Amino acid sequence: MKWECVIGLEIHAQLATNSKIFSAASTAYGAPPNTQACAVDLGLPGVLPVLNAEVVRMAAKFGLAIGATVARRSVFARKNYFYPDLPKGYQISQYELPIVEHGRLEIELDDGSSKTIGITRAHLEEDAGKSLHEEFQDKTGIDLNRAGTPLLEIVSEPDLRSAKEAVAYMKKIHSLVRYLAICDGNMQEGSFRCDANVSIRPVGQAEFGTRAELKNINSFRYVERAINIEIERQTDVLEGGGTVVQETRLYDPDKNETRSMRSKEEANDYRYFPDPDLLPLEIDDAFIESVRASLPELPDAKKQRFMHAFGLSAYDAGVLTASREMSDYFESVVGAVGGEAKLCANWIMGDLSAALNRDGKEITESPVDAAMLAGMLKRILDNTISGKIAKDVFEAMWAGEGDADTVVERKGLKQITDTGAIETIIDQVIAANPAQVEQYRAGKDKLIGFFVGQVMKLSKGKANPAQVNELLLKKLSY
Amino acid sequence: MPLDSHEVEKIAHLARLAVRTEDVPEYATNLSNILTLMAQMDSVDTAGVTPMAHPLDMPQRLRADQATESNQRELFQSIAPQVDAGLYLVPKVIE
Repeated sequence: MKWECVIGLEIHAQLATNSKIFSAASTAYGAPPNTQACAVDLGLPGVLPVLNAEVVRMAAKFGLAIGATVARRSVFARKNYFYPDLPKGYQISQYELPIVEHGRLEIELDDGSSKTIGITRAHLEEDAGKSLHEEFQDKTGIDLNRAGTPLLEIVSEPDLRSAKEAVAYMKKIHSLVRYLAICDGNMQEGSFRCDANVSIRPVGQAEFGTRAELKNINSFRYVERAINIEIERQTDVLEGGGTVVQETRLYDPDKNETRSMRSKEEANDYRYFPDPDLLPLEIDDAFIESVRASLPELPDAKKQRFMHAFGLSAYDAGVLTASREMSDYFESVVGAVGGEAKLCANWIMGDLSAALNRDGKEITESPVDAAMLAGMLKRILDNTISGKIAKDVFEAMWAGEGDADTVVERKGLKQITDTGAIETIIDQVIAANPAQVEQYRAGKDKLIGFFVGQVMKLSKGKANPAQVNELLLKKLSY
Repeated sequence: MPLDSHEVEKIAHLARLAVRTEDVPEYATNLSNILTLMAQMDSVDTAGVTPMAHPLDMPQRLRADQATESNQRELFQSIAPQVDAGLYLVPKVIE
Protein backbone atom coordinates (compact mmCIF):
# COMPACT_ATOMS: atom_id res chain seq x y z
CA MET A 1 0.00 0.00 0.00
CA LYS A 2 1.14 3.58 -0.68
CA TRP A 3 1.16 5.76 2.41
CA GLU A 4 1.02 9.50 2.80
CA CYS A 5 2.17 11.29 5.92
CA VAL A 6 0.44 14.22 7.56
CA ILE A 7 2.47 16.54 9.74
CA GLY A 8 1.66 19.55 11.86
CA LEU A 9 4.27 21.48 13.86
CA GLU A 10 4.07 23.30 17.17
CA ILE A 11 6.96 25.72 17.43
CA HIS A 12 7.90 27.42 20.69
CA ALA A 13 9.72 30.69 20.06
CA GLN A 14 11.14 32.39 23.13
CA LEU A 15 10.39 36.10 22.87
CA ALA A 16 13.46 38.33 23.11
CA THR A 17 12.36 40.53 25.99
CA ASN A 18 14.46 41.89 28.85
CA SER A 19 12.07 40.73 31.55
CA LYS A 20 9.68 37.83 31.97
CA ILE A 21 6.14 37.67 30.69
CA PHE A 22 4.48 38.27 34.08
CA SER A 23 7.33 39.48 36.31
CA ALA A 24 10.24 41.93 36.28
CA ALA A 25 12.90 39.21 36.64
CA SER A 26 15.60 39.12 33.96
CA THR A 27 15.42 36.62 31.08
CA ALA A 28 19.20 36.68 30.38
CA TYR A 29 20.50 33.20 29.53
CA GLY A 30 23.19 31.44 31.52
CA ALA A 31 22.87 33.07 34.96
CA PRO A 32 23.66 30.94 38.06
CA PRO A 33 20.65 28.78 39.00
CA ASN A 34 17.65 30.47 40.64
CA THR A 35 19.20 33.94 40.69
CA GLN A 36 16.63 35.18 38.17
CA ALA A 37 13.53 33.60 39.69
CA CYS A 38 11.51 36.14 41.69
CA ALA A 39 8.50 35.67 43.98
CA VAL A 40 6.07 35.76 41.01
CA ASP A 41 8.06 33.12 39.10
CA LEU A 42 8.17 30.92 42.20
CA GLY A 43 4.41 31.23 42.67
CA LEU A 44 4.72 32.39 46.27
CA PRO A 45 1.44 33.24 48.00
CA GLY A 46 0.03 36.71 47.45
CA VAL A 47 1.82 37.55 44.21
CA LEU A 48 0.04 38.77 41.08
CA PRO A 49 1.22 38.42 37.48
CA VAL A 50 1.38 41.65 35.43
CA LEU A 51 1.64 41.30 31.67
CA ASN A 52 4.73 42.62 29.85
CA ALA A 53 3.74 45.15 27.13
CA GLU A 54 6.60 44.12 24.85
CA VAL A 55 5.35 40.54 24.70
CA VAL A 56 2.02 41.78 23.33
CA ARG A 57 3.77 43.94 20.73
CA MET A 58 5.96 41.03 19.60
CA ALA A 59 3.04 38.62 19.26
CA ALA A 60 1.12 41.23 17.25
CA LYS A 61 4.15 41.74 15.00
CA PHE A 62 4.27 38.03 14.26
CA GLY A 63 0.52 37.94 13.62
CA LEU A 64 0.67 40.76 11.09
CA ALA A 65 3.70 39.21 9.37
CA ILE A 66 1.79 35.98 8.67
CA GLY A 67 -1.38 37.74 7.54
CA ALA A 68 -3.26 36.53 10.61
CA THR A 69 -6.02 38.03 12.69
CA VAL A 70 -4.62 39.76 15.76
CA ALA A 71 -7.38 39.39 18.34
CA ARG A 72 -8.79 42.63 19.75
CA ARG A 73 -9.54 40.61 22.89
CA SER A 74 -7.65 37.55 24.11
CA VAL A 75 -7.75 35.68 27.40
CA PHE A 76 -5.13 33.97 29.53
CA ALA A 77 -5.96 30.55 30.92
CA ARG A 78 -4.42 28.19 33.43
CA LYS A 79 -3.15 24.88 32.11
CA ASN A 80 -3.01 22.62 35.16
CA TYR A 81 -0.49 19.86 35.66
CA PHE A 82 1.98 18.79 38.32
CA TYR A 83 5.70 18.80 37.74
CA PRO A 84 8.45 20.06 40.06
CA ASP A 85 9.72 22.66 37.58
CA LEU A 86 6.25 24.24 37.47
CA PRO A 87 5.99 25.82 40.92
CA LYS A 88 2.43 27.14 40.67
CA GLY A 89 0.99 23.79 39.57
CA TYR A 90 -0.26 25.49 36.40
CA GLN A 91 1.21 27.21 33.39
CA ILE A 92 -0.35 30.50 32.31
CA SER A 93 -1.20 30.10 28.64
CA GLN A 94 -3.96 31.02 26.21
CA TYR A 95 -6.58 28.48 25.23
CA GLU A 96 -9.91 29.41 23.68
CA LEU A 97 -9.04 33.00 22.79
CA PRO A 98 -5.40 33.23 21.62
CA ILE A 99 -3.83 36.51 20.51
CA VAL A 100 -3.12 35.34 16.91
CA GLU A 101 -5.33 33.18 14.66
CA HIS A 102 -5.69 32.15 11.01
CA GLY A 103 -2.34 33.00 9.48
CA ARG A 104 -0.41 31.46 6.61
CA LEU A 105 3.12 31.13 5.35
CA GLU A 106 4.48 30.21 1.94
CA ILE A 107 7.34 27.71 1.79
CA GLU A 108 9.57 26.86 -1.17
CA LEU A 109 9.98 23.21 -2.09
CA ASP A 110 13.00 21.50 -3.63
CA ASP A 111 11.47 21.44 -7.12
CA GLY A 112 11.18 25.24 -7.06
CA SER A 113 7.42 25.28 -6.51
CA SER A 114 5.86 26.83 -3.43
CA LYS A 115 3.14 25.76 -1.03
CA THR A 116 1.01 27.67 1.47
CA ILE A 117 0.96 26.32 5.01
CA GLY A 118 -1.86 27.39 7.29
CA ILE A 119 -1.06 28.62 10.78
CA THR A 120 -3.96 27.81 13.06
CA ARG A 121 -2.91 30.02 15.93
CA ALA A 122 -0.08 31.54 17.91
CA HIS A 123 -0.60 32.06 21.61
CA LEU A 124 1.34 33.56 24.49
CA GLU A 125 2.46 31.49 27.45
CA GLU A 126 5.12 31.24 30.12
CA ASP A 127 7.94 28.70 30.05
CA ALA A 128 8.56 26.26 32.91
CA GLY A 129 11.83 25.84 34.83
CA LYS A 130 14.49 23.23 34.14
CA SER A 131 14.85 19.83 35.81
CA LEU A 132 18.36 18.43 36.15
CA HIS A 133 18.23 14.69 36.65
CA GLU A 134 21.85 13.72 36.26
CA GLU A 135 23.73 15.62 38.93
CA PHE A 136 22.25 14.17 42.11
CA GLN A 137 21.57 10.65 43.28
CA ASP A 138 17.86 10.03 44.01
CA LYS A 139 17.19 13.72 43.64
CA THR A 140 16.22 16.09 40.86
CA GLY A 141 17.67 19.60 40.88
CA ILE A 142 15.36 22.44 39.89
CA ASP A 143 16.49 25.70 38.30
CA LEU A 144 13.63 28.18 37.96
CA ASN A 145 15.51 30.89 36.04
CA ARG A 146 13.61 29.93 32.89
CA ALA A 147 10.23 29.85 34.65
CA GLY A 148 8.11 32.73 33.38
CA THR A 149 10.15 33.35 30.23
CA PRO A 150 7.76 34.48 27.47
CA LEU A 151 6.98 31.99 24.70
CA LEU A 152 5.00 32.32 21.53
CA GLU A 153 3.63 28.89 20.60
CA ILE A 154 3.02 28.76 16.86
CA VAL A 155 0.69 25.95 15.77
CA SER A 156 0.49 24.96 12.10
CA GLU A 157 -2.37 23.26 10.31
CA PRO A 158 -1.68 19.60 9.42
CA ASP A 159 -0.67 20.82 5.94
CA LEU A 160 2.84 19.36 5.76
CA ARG A 161 3.29 16.17 3.73
CA SER A 162 6.95 15.24 4.22
CA ALA A 163 9.83 15.71 6.65
CA LYS A 164 11.44 18.02 4.07
CA GLU A 165 8.36 20.24 3.99
CA ALA A 166 8.36 20.33 7.78
CA VAL A 167 12.00 21.47 7.81
CA ALA A 168 11.32 24.09 5.11
CA TYR A 169 8.42 25.43 7.19
CA MET A 170 10.44 25.44 10.41
CA LYS A 171 13.32 27.26 8.72
CA LYS A 172 10.93 29.84 7.31
CA ILE A 173 9.43 30.54 10.75
CA HIS A 174 12.96 30.68 12.19
CA SER A 175 14.00 33.24 9.59
CA LEU A 176 10.80 35.24 10.10
CA VAL A 177 11.04 35.57 13.91
CA ARG A 178 14.64 36.72 13.53
CA TYR A 179 13.72 39.27 10.84
CA LEU A 180 11.06 40.57 13.19
CA ALA A 181 13.64 40.65 16.02
CA ILE A 182 11.16 38.94 18.35
CA CYS A 183 13.28 35.80 18.99
CA ASP A 184 17.02 35.19 18.80
CA GLY A 185 16.41 31.76 17.24
CA ASN A 186 19.19 30.14 19.27
CA MET A 187 18.33 26.45 19.18
CA GLN A 188 21.22 25.32 21.43
CA GLU A 189 19.94 27.53 24.22
CA GLY A 190 16.39 26.34 23.60
CA SER A 191 15.07 29.69 22.35
CA PHE A 192 13.47 27.94 19.36
CA ARG A 193 12.01 24.44 19.84
CA CYS A 194 9.62 22.22 17.97
CA ASP A 195 7.12 19.42 18.58
CA ALA A 196 5.83 17.48 15.56
CA ASN A 197 2.47 15.74 15.20
CA VAL A 198 2.93 12.88 12.75
CA SER A 199 0.43 10.43 11.28
CA ILE A 200 0.14 8.40 8.10
CA ARG A 201 -2.83 7.34 5.95
CA PRO A 202 -3.29 5.41 2.71
CA VAL A 203 -2.90 7.72 -0.30
CA GLY A 204 -6.36 8.93 -1.32
CA GLN A 205 -7.95 8.55 2.12
CA ALA A 206 -9.54 11.75 3.43
CA GLU A 207 -9.51 11.02 7.18
CA PHE A 208 -6.32 11.44 9.16
CA GLY A 209 -4.62 8.48 10.79
CA THR A 210 -3.89 8.32 14.52
CA ARG A 211 -1.05 10.66 15.33
CA ALA A 212 1.99 10.52 17.56
CA GLU A 213 3.46 13.70 19.03
CA LEU A 214 7.26 13.96 18.86
CA LYS A 215 8.54 16.18 21.65
CA ASN A 216 11.19 18.87 21.87
CA ILE A 217 13.28 18.45 18.76
CA ASN A 218 16.04 21.01 18.89
CA SER A 219 17.66 21.11 15.45
CA PHE A 220 16.57 21.23 11.82
CA ARG A 221 18.46 18.02 11.11
CA TYR A 222 16.79 16.16 13.97
CA VAL A 223 13.34 17.30 12.87
CA GLU A 224 13.86 15.69 9.49
CA ARG A 225 15.35 12.50 10.93
CA ALA A 226 12.81 12.18 13.76
CA ILE A 227 9.86 12.56 11.39
CA ASN A 228 11.26 10.11 8.84
CA ILE A 229 12.02 7.49 11.47
CA GLU A 230 8.51 7.92 12.94
CA ILE A 231 6.91 7.53 9.48
CA GLU A 232 8.90 4.31 9.04
CA ARG A 233 7.80 3.05 12.44
CA GLN A 234 4.12 3.77 11.81
CA THR A 235 4.31 2.18 8.34
CA ASP A 236 5.81 -0.97 9.87
CA VAL A 237 3.10 -1.07 12.58
CA LEU A 238 0.23 -0.69 10.09
CA GLU A 239 1.66 -3.04 7.47
CA GLY A 240 2.24 -5.61 10.19
CA GLY A 241 -1.48 -5.50 10.94
CA GLY A 242 -1.17 -3.40 14.10
CA THR A 243 -2.65 -0.05 15.04
CA VAL A 244 -0.91 3.21 15.86
CA VAL A 245 -1.77 4.48 19.34
CA GLN A 246 -2.09 8.16 20.14
CA GLU A 247 0.87 8.98 22.34
CA THR A 248 3.78 11.30 23.05
CA ARG A 249 7.14 10.02 21.82
CA LEU A 250 10.65 11.22 22.44
CA TYR A 251 13.28 11.29 19.69
CA ASP A 252 16.66 9.86 20.67
CA PRO A 253 19.27 11.26 18.25
CA ASP A 254 21.98 8.84 19.45
CA LYS A 255 19.96 5.73 18.64
CA ASN A 256 17.98 7.45 15.84
CA GLU A 257 14.68 6.11 17.17
CA THR A 258 11.53 7.44 18.78
CA ARG A 259 10.22 5.88 21.97
CA SER A 260 7.00 6.19 23.90
CA MET A 261 6.87 8.76 26.70
CA ARG A 262 3.21 8.49 27.66
CA SER A 263 0.08 7.18 25.98
CA LYS A 264 -3.23 8.98 25.84
CA GLU A 265 -4.72 7.00 28.75
CA GLU A 266 -2.09 8.42 31.05
CA ALA A 267 -2.19 11.81 29.34
CA ASN A 268 -2.81 14.85 31.44
CA ASP A 269 -6.22 16.36 31.59
CA TYR A 270 -5.17 19.99 31.77
CA ARG A 271 -8.49 21.40 33.08
CA TYR A 272 -8.01 24.79 31.40
CA PHE A 273 -9.93 27.73 32.84
CA PRO A 274 -9.55 31.54 32.55
CA ASP A 275 -6.87 32.79 34.96
CA PRO A 276 -8.64 34.91 37.60
CA ASP A 277 -5.36 36.77 38.26
CA LEU A 278 -5.36 38.29 34.77
CA LEU A 279 -7.94 40.44 33.03
CA PRO A 280 -8.72 40.01 29.32
CA LEU A 281 -6.05 41.50 27.06
CA GLU A 282 -7.54 44.20 24.85
CA ILE A 283 -5.80 45.70 21.85
CA ASP A 284 -7.11 48.64 19.81
CA ASP A 285 -6.71 49.55 16.15
CA ALA A 286 -4.22 52.33 16.91
CA PHE A 287 -1.93 49.79 18.58
CA ILE A 288 -2.22 47.39 15.63
CA GLU A 289 -1.42 50.20 13.20
CA SER A 290 1.62 51.28 15.22
CA VAL A 291 2.89 47.70 15.14
CA ARG A 292 2.20 47.44 11.41
CA ALA A 293 4.20 50.63 10.82
CA SER A 294 7.15 49.13 12.70
CA LEU A 295 7.35 45.96 10.56
CA PRO A 296 10.62 45.58 8.66
CA GLU A 297 10.77 44.43 5.03
CA LEU A 298 9.94 40.71 5.30
CA PRO A 299 11.93 37.86 3.68
CA ASP A 300 9.52 37.17 0.79
CA ALA A 301 9.25 40.83 -0.20
CA LYS A 302 13.01 41.25 0.10
CA LYS A 303 13.63 38.18 -2.05
CA GLN A 304 11.39 39.58 -4.80
CA ARG A 305 13.17 42.94 -4.61
CA PHE A 306 16.60 41.25 -4.84
CA MET A 307 15.47 39.35 -7.94
CA HIS A 308 14.12 42.45 -9.66
CA ALA A 309 16.50 45.16 -8.52
CA PHE A 310 19.70 43.09 -8.73
CA GLY A 311 18.79 40.55 -11.42
CA LEU A 312 19.56 37.62 -9.08
CA SER A 313 18.15 34.13 -9.57
CA ALA A 314 15.41 32.92 -7.23
CA TYR A 315 17.95 30.60 -5.61
CA ASP A 316 20.56 33.31 -4.97
CA ALA A 317 17.93 35.76 -3.72
CA GLY A 318 16.55 33.06 -1.42
CA VAL A 319 19.96 32.30 0.12
CA LEU A 320 20.83 35.97 0.56
CA THR A 321 17.54 36.80 2.27
CA ALA A 322 17.49 33.75 4.54
CA SER A 323 18.58 35.99 7.38
CA ARG A 324 18.33 39.68 7.91
CA GLU A 325 22.04 39.93 8.74
CA MET A 326 23.01 38.18 5.48
CA SER A 327 20.81 40.46 3.38
CA ASP A 328 22.12 43.57 5.15
CA TYR A 329 25.69 42.43 4.45
CA PHE A 330 24.91 41.83 0.79
CA GLU A 331 23.26 45.22 0.35
CA SER A 332 26.22 46.98 2.01
CA VAL A 333 28.67 45.23 -0.33
CA VAL A 334 26.65 46.00 -3.47
CA GLY A 335 26.24 49.60 -2.31
CA ALA A 336 29.96 50.05 -1.74
CA VAL A 337 30.96 48.33 -4.99
CA GLY A 338 28.32 50.29 -6.88
CA GLY A 339 26.61 47.37 -8.62
CA GLU A 340 27.96 44.02 -9.87
CA ALA A 341 25.36 42.23 -7.71
CA LYS A 342 26.11 38.81 -9.17
CA LEU A 343 29.83 39.08 -8.35
CA CYS A 344 29.00 40.25 -4.82
CA ALA A 345 26.47 37.41 -4.39
CA ASN A 346 28.96 34.79 -5.59
CA TRP A 347 31.62 35.89 -3.12
CA ILE A 348 29.20 36.06 -0.20
CA MET A 349 27.62 32.68 -0.97
CA GLY A 350 30.97 31.14 -1.89
CA ASP A 351 34.21 32.05 -0.11
CA LEU A 352 32.65 34.10 2.69
CA SER A 353 30.00 31.50 3.61
CA ALA A 354 32.57 28.71 3.41
CA ALA A 355 34.92 30.57 5.77
CA LEU A 356 32.07 31.35 8.18
CA ASN A 357 31.05 27.68 8.22
CA ARG A 358 34.62 26.52 8.63
CA ASP A 359 35.22 28.76 11.66
CA GLY A 360 31.68 28.44 13.07
CA LYS A 361 31.07 32.18 12.89
CA GLU A 362 27.92 34.21 12.28
CA ILE A 363 28.05 36.76 9.47
CA THR A 364 27.90 39.55 12.06
CA GLU A 365 31.19 38.22 13.51
CA SER A 366 32.96 37.99 10.16
CA PRO A 367 36.56 39.27 10.30
CA VAL A 368 35.98 40.46 6.74
CA ASP A 369 33.23 43.06 6.98
CA ALA A 370 31.13 44.33 4.07
CA ALA A 371 33.42 47.32 3.42
CA MET A 372 36.52 45.08 3.25
CA LEU A 373 34.90 42.61 0.87
CA ALA A 374 33.67 45.47 -1.31
CA GLY A 375 37.18 46.96 -1.35
CA MET A 376 38.56 43.66 -2.63
CA LEU A 377 35.85 43.21 -5.26
CA LYS A 378 36.66 46.67 -6.61
CA ARG A 379 40.26 45.52 -7.17
CA ILE A 380 38.99 42.56 -9.18
CA LEU A 381 36.81 44.87 -11.24
CA ASP A 382 39.61 47.33 -12.00
CA ASN A 383 41.92 44.43 -12.93
CA THR A 384 44.38 45.03 -10.09
CA ILE A 385 43.99 41.38 -9.07
CA SER A 386 42.56 38.32 -10.76
CA GLY A 387 39.64 36.35 -9.34
CA LYS A 388 42.05 33.58 -8.46
CA ILE A 389 44.49 35.80 -6.56
CA ALA A 390 41.47 37.36 -4.85
CA LYS A 391 40.94 34.05 -3.05
CA ASP A 392 44.38 34.44 -1.43
CA VAL A 393 43.69 38.09 -0.64
CA PHE A 394 40.40 37.06 0.98
CA GLU A 395 42.12 34.48 3.18
CA ALA A 396 44.74 37.04 4.20
CA MET A 397 42.02 39.56 5.12
CA TRP A 398 40.23 36.79 7.05
CA ALA A 399 43.46 36.13 8.96
CA GLY A 400 43.59 39.79 9.99
CA GLU A 401 46.33 40.99 7.65
CA GLY A 402 44.51 44.20 6.76
CA ASP A 403 42.30 45.35 3.90
CA ALA A 404 42.67 44.28 0.27
CA ASP A 405 44.97 47.12 -0.81
CA THR A 406 47.30 46.50 2.11
CA VAL A 407 47.47 42.76 1.40
CA VAL A 408 48.00 43.23 -2.34
CA GLU A 409 50.74 45.79 -1.73
CA ARG A 410 52.54 43.88 1.00
CA LYS A 411 52.44 40.52 -0.77
CA GLY A 412 53.05 41.91 -4.25
CA LEU A 413 49.92 40.30 -5.64
CA LYS A 414 49.20 42.95 -8.21
CA GLN A 415 48.05 41.42 -11.46
CA ILE A 416 50.45 41.60 -14.42
CA THR A 417 48.62 43.32 -17.26
CA ASP A 418 51.68 44.64 -19.03
CA THR A 419 51.75 42.88 -22.42
CA GLY A 420 55.54 43.00 -22.64
CA ALA A 421 55.98 41.35 -19.26
CA ILE A 422 53.52 38.59 -20.09
CA GLU A 423 55.18 37.99 -23.47
CA THR A 424 58.54 37.55 -21.75
CA ILE A 425 57.09 34.81 -19.58
CA ILE A 426 55.39 33.17 -22.57
CA ASP A 427 58.68 33.15 -24.47
CA GLN A 428 60.34 31.38 -21.54
CA VAL A 429 57.60 28.74 -21.42
CA ILE A 430 57.79 28.13 -25.17
CA ALA A 431 61.57 27.81 -25.03
CA ALA A 432 61.41 25.36 -22.13
CA ASN A 433 58.82 23.03 -23.71
CA PRO A 434 59.80 22.41 -27.37
CA ALA A 435 58.13 18.99 -27.52
CA GLN A 436 54.75 20.32 -26.42
CA VAL A 437 55.04 23.23 -28.83
CA GLU A 438 55.60 20.80 -31.67
CA GLN A 439 52.62 18.66 -30.67
CA TYR A 440 50.41 21.73 -30.37
CA ARG A 441 51.42 22.98 -33.78
CA ALA A 442 50.75 19.47 -35.15
CA GLY A 443 47.11 19.90 -34.10
CA LYS A 444 46.92 18.89 -30.44
CA ASP A 445 44.83 21.96 -29.48
CA LYS A 446 44.13 20.73 -25.99
CA LEU A 447 47.71 21.53 -24.98
CA ILE A 448 46.74 25.22 -24.74
CA GLY A 449 45.61 24.45 -21.19
CA PHE A 450 49.08 23.18 -20.38
CA PHE A 451 50.71 26.38 -21.64
CA VAL A 452 48.28 28.64 -19.79
CA GLY A 453 49.04 26.64 -16.66
CA GLN A 454 52.78 27.00 -17.09
CA VAL A 455 52.54 30.75 -17.69
CA MET A 456 50.32 31.25 -14.65
CA LYS A 457 52.68 29.17 -12.56
CA LEU A 458 55.74 31.14 -13.66
CA SER A 459 53.90 34.43 -12.97
CA LYS A 460 52.85 33.09 -9.55
CA GLY A 461 49.22 33.40 -10.62
CA LYS A 462 49.53 37.10 -11.22
CA ALA A 463 49.29 37.26 -15.02
CA ASN A 464 45.91 38.38 -16.33
CA PRO A 465 44.39 35.10 -17.59
CA ALA A 466 42.50 36.64 -20.52
CA GLN A 467 45.64 38.31 -21.81
CA VAL A 468 47.69 35.16 -21.33
CA ASN A 469 45.25 33.21 -23.46
CA GLU A 470 45.19 35.76 -26.21
CA LEU A 471 48.96 36.22 -26.36
CA LEU A 472 49.66 32.47 -26.19
CA LEU A 473 47.37 31.75 -29.11
CA LYS A 474 49.14 34.41 -31.11
CA LYS A 475 52.65 33.23 -30.23
CA LEU A 476 51.97 29.51 -30.72
CA SER A 477 50.44 29.97 -34.13
CA TYR A 478 53.71 31.38 -35.53
CA MET B 1 -24.87 13.74 35.37
CA PRO B 2 -23.85 11.39 38.17
CA LEU B 3 -20.18 10.62 38.78
CA ASP B 4 -19.10 7.14 39.82
CA SER B 5 -16.41 6.29 42.36
CA HIS B 6 -13.88 5.54 39.66
CA GLU B 7 -14.22 9.05 38.22
CA VAL B 8 -13.88 10.63 41.65
CA GLU B 9 -10.64 8.73 42.18
CA LYS B 10 -9.32 9.86 38.80
CA ILE B 11 -10.14 13.51 39.52
CA ALA B 12 -8.46 13.22 42.92
CA HIS B 13 -5.38 11.77 41.25
CA LEU B 14 -5.20 14.60 38.72
CA ALA B 15 -5.42 17.15 41.53
CA ARG B 16 -2.92 15.13 43.61
CA LEU B 17 -5.46 14.91 46.45
CA ALA B 18 -5.48 11.97 48.85
CA VAL B 19 -9.08 10.89 49.37
CA ARG B 20 -10.04 8.22 51.90
CA THR B 21 -11.89 5.33 50.33
CA GLU B 22 -14.80 5.66 52.75
CA ASP B 23 -15.25 9.32 51.70
CA VAL B 24 -15.44 8.60 47.97
CA PRO B 25 -19.26 7.98 47.84
CA GLU B 26 -19.93 11.28 49.61
CA TYR B 27 -17.65 13.17 47.21
CA ALA B 28 -19.37 11.45 44.30
CA THR B 29 -22.78 12.64 45.54
CA ASN B 30 -21.62 16.21 46.17
CA LEU B 31 -19.77 16.53 42.88
CA SER B 32 -22.73 15.02 41.03
CA ASN B 33 -25.02 17.64 42.57
CA ILE B 34 -22.71 20.39 41.35
CA LEU B 35 -22.71 18.89 37.86
CA THR B 36 -26.50 18.69 37.91
CA LEU B 37 -26.61 22.39 38.70
CA MET B 38 -24.21 23.02 35.80
CA ALA B 39 -26.43 20.99 33.49
CA GLN B 40 -29.42 23.06 34.64
CA MET B 41 -27.55 26.30 33.86
CA ASP B 42 -26.47 24.81 30.57
CA SER B 43 -30.10 24.67 29.45
CA VAL B 44 -30.32 28.49 29.46
CA ASP B 45 -30.09 29.97 25.98
CA THR B 46 -26.80 31.93 25.90
CA ALA B 47 -26.56 32.38 22.14
CA GLY B 48 -25.06 35.80 21.44
CA VAL B 49 -23.72 36.24 24.99
CA THR B 50 -19.93 36.71 25.21
CA PRO B 51 -18.51 34.36 27.84
CA MET B 52 -17.21 36.29 30.83
CA ALA B 53 -13.47 35.90 31.32
CA HIS B 54 -13.33 37.90 34.53
CA PRO B 55 -15.89 39.43 36.92
CA LEU B 56 -14.17 42.82 36.71
CA ASP B 57 -15.19 44.68 33.59
CA MET B 58 -11.70 46.03 32.85
CA PRO B 59 -8.93 45.29 30.38
CA GLN B 60 -5.53 43.98 31.50
CA ARG B 61 -2.95 46.64 32.39
CA LEU B 62 0.52 46.21 30.98
CA ARG B 63 3.95 46.88 32.46
CA ALA B 64 7.06 48.20 30.68
CA ASP B 65 9.62 45.55 29.72
CA GLN B 66 12.22 46.30 32.39
CA ALA B 67 14.11 43.81 34.52
CA THR B 68 14.05 45.37 37.99
CA GLU B 69 14.01 42.31 40.28
CA SER B 70 17.20 41.65 42.21
CA ASN B 71 18.59 38.26 43.15
CA GLN B 72 16.91 37.01 46.33
CA ARG B 73 17.87 33.39 46.02
CA GLU B 74 19.18 33.08 49.56
CA LEU B 75 16.00 34.46 51.07
CA PHE B 76 13.74 32.25 48.91
CA GLN B 77 15.81 29.13 49.51
CA SER B 78 15.86 29.64 53.28
CA ILE B 79 12.39 28.04 53.42
CA ALA B 80 13.12 25.23 50.94
CA PRO B 81 13.43 21.72 52.43
CA GLN B 82 16.59 20.93 50.48
CA VAL B 83 18.92 22.90 48.21
CA ASP B 84 22.32 22.23 46.68
CA ALA B 85 24.56 24.30 44.41
CA GLY B 86 21.80 26.89 44.05
CA LEU B 87 19.24 24.29 42.93
CA TYR B 88 16.06 23.25 44.71
CA LEU B 89 16.20 19.49 45.30
CA VAL B 90 13.10 17.32 44.97
CA PRO B 91 12.56 13.54 44.93
CA LYS B 92 13.80 12.10 41.64
CA VAL B 93 11.35 12.56 38.78
CA ILE B 94 12.05 11.15 35.36
CA GLU B 95 9.49 11.12 32.65
